[in-house]
Amino acid sequence: MSILVNSSSRILVQGFTGSEGTFHASQMIEYGTCVVGGVTPGKGGTEHLGLPVFDDMLSAVKATSANVSIIFVPPAFAGDAIMEAADAGVPLIVCITEGIPTSDMVRAAAMVQRRGSRLIGPNCPGIITPGQAKVGIMPGFVFKSGRIGIVSKSGTLTYEAADQVVKAGLGISTAIGIGGDPVIGTSTRQALELFMQDPETDGVIMIGEIGGGMEAEAARWLRDAGNPKPVVGFIAGQTAPPGRRMGHAGAIVGGKDDTAEAKMRIMSECGIHVVASPADIGKAMADLLRG
Amino acid sequence: MNIHEYQGKSLLSQYGVAVQRGLLAETAEEAVRAATQIQEQTGTGWWVVKAQVHAGGRGKGGGIKLAKSMDQVRDLSSQILGMQLVTPQTGAAGKTVHSVLIAEDVYAPGPSPTQEFYMSVLLDRAKGGFVMVYSPEGGMDIEEVAEKHPEKIYREWIDPTIGFQAYQARRVALNLGLKGQAFKEMVSFCQNLVKAFEGVEASLFEINPVLKTSDDRILAVDAKVNIDDNALMRVPAISKMHDPREEDPTELKAASFNLNYVKLDGNVGCMVNGAGLAMATMDMIQLSGGSPANFLDVGGTASAERVAQAFNIILEDPNVKAILVNIFGGIVRCDRVANGIIEACRTIGDLRVPLIVRLQGTNAVEAKSLLEASGLPIRAAVTLEDAATAVAAALA
Repeated sequence: MSILVNSSSRILVQGFTGSEGTFHASQMIEYGTCVVGGVTPGKGGTEHLGLPVFDDMLSAVKATSANVSIIFVPPAFAGDAIMEAADAGVPLIVCITEGIPTSDMVRAAAMVQRRGSRLIGPNCPGIITPGQAKVGIMPGFVFKSGRIGIVSKSGTLTYEAADQVVKAGLGISTAIGIGGDPVIGTSTRQALELFMQDPETDGVIMIGEIGGGMEAEAARWLRDAGNPKPVVGFIAGQTAPPGRRMGHAGAIVGGKDDTAEAKMRIMSECGIHVVASPADIGKAMADLLRG
Repeated sequence: MNIHEYQGKSLLSQYGVAVQRGLLAETAEEAVRAATQIQEQTGTGWWVVKAQVHAGGRGKGGGIKLAKSMDQVRDLSSQILGMQLVTPQTGAAGKTVHSVLIAEDVYAPGPSPTQEFYMSVLLDRAKGGFVMVYSPEGGMDIEEVAEKHPEKIYREWIDPTIGFQAYQARRVALNLGLKGQAFKEMVSFCQNLVKAFEGVEASLFEINPVLKTSDDRILAVDAKVNIDDNALMRVPAISKMHDPREEDPTELKAASFNLNYVKLDGNVGCMVNGAGLAMATMDMIQLSGGSPANFLDVGGTASAERVAQAFNIILEDPNVKAILVNIFGGIVRCDRVANGIIEACRTIGDLRVPLIVRLQGTNAVEAKSLLEASGLPIRAAVTLEDAATAVAAALA
């Protein structure tokens, strides 16, 4: 089952013929993902990577029956690309682009919500359901199939966690990078909810970072839901000074509630198994499952 | 991007937001000339000399003074110009004051008492939209107000699709207890403030205090303005307002190489790919008994040239006692990264500190043998745990 994407996902690539779009679309195809075409305004009617190119999302969706879109459009135009996908009725939109102006994201996120689509990202590595579909930029080989879900704000830290999970003898049902921007489409709690409902996920790894209140919200939701499945949590940025942005646009300590320490405390209180070292993520999950 | 108070005020005025008027001066002579001009424009008999640095709490550090005569304008300006201003936000070293704003005194008594309010516009991350936060308790530290009198902090959320509405501006004026002319002035003040916020692609406006003058005008007496870095391409005139003197020189240099670097005060330098992993690596350094000297996200391409640039940046910090490289090679192969590191080490020559390199992912084992066979004093690691142990050993 997994969540969000699987072997029946049909993917369109927005920004298909650009260098990022081309590279990652070929990687996705090589992985076995069902990419059905792409959109580059002005290049409609041509072929790229053996697949059809369309001028706009509406005609692309109509021609391909795609149900997922992945966006590699440059930051100044990515907000518009998200809205175009939502307007075309795409139920799942994954936006990889980093550096989208906040004012664009505020508008795009509001529209996606109104149209009833789901947005993952922006500024994220995407989603992978090992062996079925890679809708993102992650190295596919790291993610072996199994029954652990991963939700994370970060890219390489997700790969690190997946690698540890695999080395601990487990595997991944689905891994979602929700993104490191202050305005994102899907929150930690929403991703956690999906995993809790998924019969093929036995445990979840939740990786957060300083800034914002998403991890605390997710932890409280989990507690109120009665902690249905074991969750291992890690928060990056325990040593980050307040007021400084740590790479991700959203990774900044603004007050006393969004420090790593505060988040780790709330998560522990809500029944999440919190590890202080990023080296212990995989081991902790294996230990928890053994009971 | 942060800008100075005087720049923020000039942007606000462009959108019709009334501000305390002032002129910039870089010497005491310029300050006197500015004071004369401000007197001619406004009729003020007193002036406020305000240090222009990117930090809050300037008044507490002695960076804001009231001058009651031209002599005082000259004396106070020469005192403040060139000083190392230490405020609760600058750290112990403080910040050098390069310029002062000579502003009119707006607190003169008149028909009604003056009143100070607090107002800011910022992103509400939980709601995914912008919000105006305001309070009748102006001129104070807002976090203190939030703690002691949370009921005195009000919010008006700005709907992303319909925008800030007039009824919301009236609600602000009502909640601040204003009447008559001051009420009307506050309504247009709020509306123009939101227009300015949207127009300049701001990520934060903090106006503390907003003043009701004794003749019922509403003025921005201070202006803390941050611009959304991601939107700078759309406001080229504002991006020119960047003052490099306010930044750490090493951070500026790193930025010119497109390296995402933040200087910290620890003893272990690090170079990592990805922001999340970089923060996690800093945390791991601390758990190993060291403390991180920096945040550095080298990004997706760890070529020899880029690694060399990153190492040089890290080594500019004399506190660095060891360097930890942590790369999770996904699409970038670890053996390529290893070759880049070896080449960079040979280019630099003497690294002067122990180097620990942890490469994990595609071809990690080959990468480790490459590093070990290089003859360079590199401690190679594959797992995070192994890297942590190596850091502890290097510091012992």
